[in-house]
Amino acid sequence: MSASPSEPVRATRGGVRVWFMRSESARGYALLSPTLVVVVLGLIFPIVILTTLSFWKQDYVDIIRTFTLENYSAFFEKKIYYLILYRSIRISAFVTLVTIVLAYPLAYFIAFHVQKNKIMWIILVTIPFWTSYLLRVFAWKVILGYNGVINSGLISLGLISEPLEFLLYNPTAVVITLAHAWAAVAILPIYVSLEKIDRSLIEAARDLGESAFMTFVRVTLPLSLPGVIAASLLVFIPTVGEYVTPTLVGGTRGIMIGNIIQSMFGKALNWPLGAALSIISMLTVTLAVCVLLGGTRWFRKKVG
Amino acid sequence: MTKAIISINHVTKDFGSVRAVNDANFEIAEGEFFSLLGPSGCGKTTLLRILAGFEVPSAGSIYIDGRDVTLLPPNHRPVNMVFQNYAIFPHLNVASNIAFGMRRSGLSKAELAERIEEMLELIRLPGYGERGAHELSGGQRQRVALARALIKQPKVLLLDEPLGALDKKLREQMQIELRQLQQQVGITFVFVTHDQEEALTLSDRIAVMSQGDVLEISTPGELYEAPRSRFVADFIGTMNFFDCIVGDYRGGVLSADSAELGPVRVACTTPPAAPGEGFVLAIRPEKFQLVFDDAGASANTVRGRMGPSAYLGDRSHFYVYLEGRNEPVSVALPNLARSLDRIRGVDQEVWLTWPEDAAVLLPREE
Amino acid sequence: MAATRLKLNGLGLYAIAYLGFLYLPVAVLPVFSFNDSQYVAFPLKGFTLRWYDELADSYGLLNALGNSIRVALCVSVLSTVLGVFAAKAVTRYRMHGRGGLIGFIMVPLVIPEIILGISLLMTFSLSDVRLSLVTVGIGHLLLCVPFSMLVLISRMEGFDRSMEEAARDLGENAWGTFWRVTFPIIFPGVVASLLLTFTISFDEFVLAFFLSGSDATLPLHIWSQLRFPERLPSVLSLGAIIVVASTIVVFVAEFVRRRGVQLAPPRA
Repeated sequence: MSASPSEPVRATRGGVRVWFMRSESARGYALLSPTLVVVVLGLIFPIVILTTLSFWKQDYVDIIRTFTLENYSAFFEKKIYYLILYRSIRISAFVTLVTIVLAYPLAYFIAFHVQKNKIMWIILVTIPFWTSYLLRVFAWKVILGYNGVINSGLISLGLISEPLEFLLYNPTAVVITLAHAWAAVAILPIYVSLEKIDRSLIEAARDLGESAFMTFVRVTLPLSLPGVIAASLLVFIPTVGEYVTPTLVGGTRGIMIGNIIQSMFGKALNWPLGAALSIISMLTVTLAVCVLLGGTRWFRKKVG
Repeated sequence: MTKAIISINHVTKDFGSVRAVNDANFEIAEGEFFSLLGPSGCGKTTLLRILAGFEVPSAGSIYIDGRDVTLLPPNHRPVNMVFQNYAIFPHLNVASNIAFGMRRSGLSKAELAERIEEMLELIRLPGYGERGAHELSGGQRQRVALARALIKQPKVLLLDEPLGALDKKLREQMQIELRQLQQQVGITFVFVTHDQEEALTLSDRIAVMSQGDVLEISTPGELYEAPRSRFVADFIGTMNFFDCIVGDYRGGVLSADSAELGPVRVACTTPPAAPGEGFVLAIRPEKFQLVFDDAGASANTVRGRMGPSAYLGDRSHFYVYLEGRNEPVSVALPNLARSLDRIRGVDQEVWLTWPEDAAVLLPREE
Repeated sequence: MAATRLKLNGLGLYAIAYLGFLYLPVAVLPVFSFNDSQYVAFPLKGFTLRWYDELADSYGLLNALGNSIRVALCVSVLSTVLGVFAAKAVTRYRMHGRGGLIGFIMVPLVIPEIILGISLLMTFSLSDVRLSLVTVGIGHLLLCVPFSMLVLISRMEGFDRSMEEAARDLGENAWGTFWRVTFPIIFPGVVASLLLTFTISFDEFVLAFFLSGSDATLPLHIWSQLRFPERLPSVLSLGAIIVVASTIVVFVAEFVRRRGVQLAPPRA
C-alpha cells in the first residue's frame, strides 16, 4: 500500500494551479472573460466617455475639456428639449401599451388554442421581422402616405374623393409603425410565459368555481405577468431612443428625442449637449422602468 | 483485507457554506463491490464525483491504485463511470457510444469492431451496434452505459444510482446481472444508491452516509444485524427502539430494565454502559414472535394489543401497542401455513417474545 | 396553413387579422415592385421586371451588399464563438454572481441603439480610431453577443452536463469533449445563433449610421436611396428580394433545428 489514510493531507498545498483547479468560479470566469471584455470595452467604457463628454463644452468645432454643467442647465432652460423628451416617453409608453394589448391575445391564442404546429405559428409571426427594419418602416410610409396605398386604394374604390391627410406625419403614424415593428418582441416573451403555465392550475381554478373570465384575471394573467413585464421593457426602452421611424413617418409633430440627439452629432454639431441629452434620456427611462416595475409589484400584491 | 485500490484520505467538500462531504477517510479494496448508501443529499454522489474527478475536494486527497489523483482531471484517471441518467450520447449510435473512449487505444479498426462485438455480447445486446441512442429502452441504455465504461478496462467502475430510473421488475433483474457482471470482469465497483435493499443485495461492503458524514462501513450482514448507531439501524430496514437501564451482567448475558418492555435479557460480549446507566435496545420486526396465550411475566415477554396490520404476500406486518408507549411496535411474520388463523383483529390481546440474541445494543444519543 | 384546421372563434379571427396587420407592409414590397409605375399607389398599372433590372445595374447597391455580408459574416461568427464560451461558462460552472453577469451582458439589448451608437462614436473619435466597417462590426458585435448567448444558453441547458462529464470520464480532454460531444449536440443552437446574428447585423441601421466611415452597408445605401422618389420602386424590389431570401433562411433554420439531435429521448 503506497498511501495510508494517516499520511498528512497533501492536497491542501498551495499554488495558483491548485487554486484554479479547486475553484469552479475561477474557471467559469476564465471562460466568460472574453465576452466580459467585449462588453466592458464596448459598453461601459463608452458610457463613461459619454458621461465625461456631457460635462464638457462645445466651442464651434473644438471641445473644451473643462468641467461644466452648462449642457444640463440647457436642458432645463430650453423648454424644447424637455418637451420632446416628454413626448418621446409618452409615445413610447403608448407604443408599449398598444403593442402589448395587440400582442397578448395572439400569444394567448398560440399558447392555448393552437394544438399542433405552434412553432409554425411562431415562425409565421416572426417572418415579417426577419426583413429589413428600414424597409418595413419605409413600407408604412408608402402605405400611409398622401398618395399612398391606403389613400389611393380608397379613392379607386370610390370611398373617398380626397386623400386622408391624418394618416402620415404625426405621432399616430409613429405609434402604428412601432407597434408593428416591435410586435414580435412583445409576442415571444408573453407566449413563453403563457406556455409555461401549468394547465392544471387553470383547471383547478375552474374546478373551484371561478368563471372563465375570472380564471383569466386571477390565474392566467398574474402568471403571465413576467412575460408581459419583459415584453414591456424590451419594447419601451429601445423605442424611447427611436430615430428611423419618427424621421420617416413622424413629421414635425412626431419628432422624438432620438432625432434631437442625432442632430447634435450632425447639423447642430454639439457633441457635449448630445451626450448630456443621452444621459438625461437614459436616466429618465430608468426612472420610468422603476415606476413600471413598482406598479406591477403593487398590482401583483393587490391581485394575489 | 486485500490491497486497497482506492484510498480516501480525510476528504472534505464544501459548496459555499454547505458541507457536502465531511472528513471521509476510508479505503476500498481491490475487486470489492462497495456501496455508498444514504438518503438523498447525504453526500454520496459528491463523494463518487470526487472519485471520478468531476469535483475537486476542498481538503484531503484521493489515491487510486497508489497514485495521488486528487487534482487529476477525469480523463487521466483509471476509473470510469456509469451515470445516473446513463448519459448516452444522443448523436451517436450504440457502437460509436461504446467506442467513444477507445480513440487513443491504438487498436486497429477491425480489432476495435471485435471488442465492441464482445462488449455487446457481454451486455447481451448483440447486433445492436447500429441502433440510434434514442431507439433504446431504459434498461438497454443502462447496459450500453456499462459497456461503454467497461471496454476501457478501468481499475474501478463508478456507478451513480444506475438502477434508479428503472421499474421494479427490471431493477431486480439488473441487480442480478450487475452482480454477475462484476464477478465476471473482476473490477472494483463503487456503487451509489439510496435504496438500502439494493445495497444489501449487491454489496460486499457498504458505507452508510448521512449529512456528509460516513457513519459506518460494514458488510451487509453486520449493518443489518449489528448496526453501530441509531441512524444506521433506523435507515437500514425497520427497527424498533426501546430505552433501557443497565442491570446485572453475568455469563455473557445482560439483564436490563425497560419501562416499555419490562425486564429484558440480552446476550452480549460487553455491557453497553455502566450499571444504572441508559442504553437503547433495538429489535427488528421479524425477531419477534407473536403469542396468543398468556405468556406470563417473564423476561423478554411483553403484553400488547393488536393494531392495524398489512398483508404483503410472503409476509404480514402488524402493529402492536404496548402499555406506556405511544409508538406501536412493528412486527413482521412470514405467512406460513395458517399462522394467521388465530388473529382476531384490532385490540386483540397478544404477547411479544424474542430470543436473548435477537436484540442490538446501541448507546443512548443525548 | 395551420389556420384551416382551427375552430374559427373570435380569438382565431383576431389572430388572422393580426397576422394580416403584420404582413401588410411586407406584402406591399413585392406587390408594387412588379408594378409598372413610378408611384406606389393603386390602381396597379401592369407587370414589369424593370425595377429588378435597375437593381442589378446599381454599383452602389452591390458594393453595399458586399460590405454588409462581410460585416455580418464576421460579426455572426465572432458573436457565436463568444456566445458559446459565455453559455458554457454560465451553464456549466457554479459561479458567484452568475445572474448579475448574465444581466450585465444583456445590457446592450435594453439601451436605446442611438445612445449605444453615439457613445461608441465618441469613444472611437476621442481615441483616434478611424471609422470603417470594422467599427460598424464592433458595434454590431455588442448588439449580437446577448442574442448568441441567449440562444446557446437555452440549448446548453437543454442537455445534461453529464454528457460532457461522460466524455471526460471516457478519456477525452476538454478540447476533444467540446468537438466530439458538446458541439454536435448544440449544433442547431450554433446555426440558430449564426443566422440570428447575421440577420441582426445585416439589417442594423442606427449603429452603422453613426459608426461607418466611407463604406456604406446595405441599410445605409437604402437610406440614401429613400431621398430620391424615382428610385422608390427599385428599393421596393430590393425589399422583396430580402423578404424572400430571409423567409428561405428562416425555414432552413427551422429545418436544421428539427433535424437536430433529439434532446429528450423517449423513455421506454
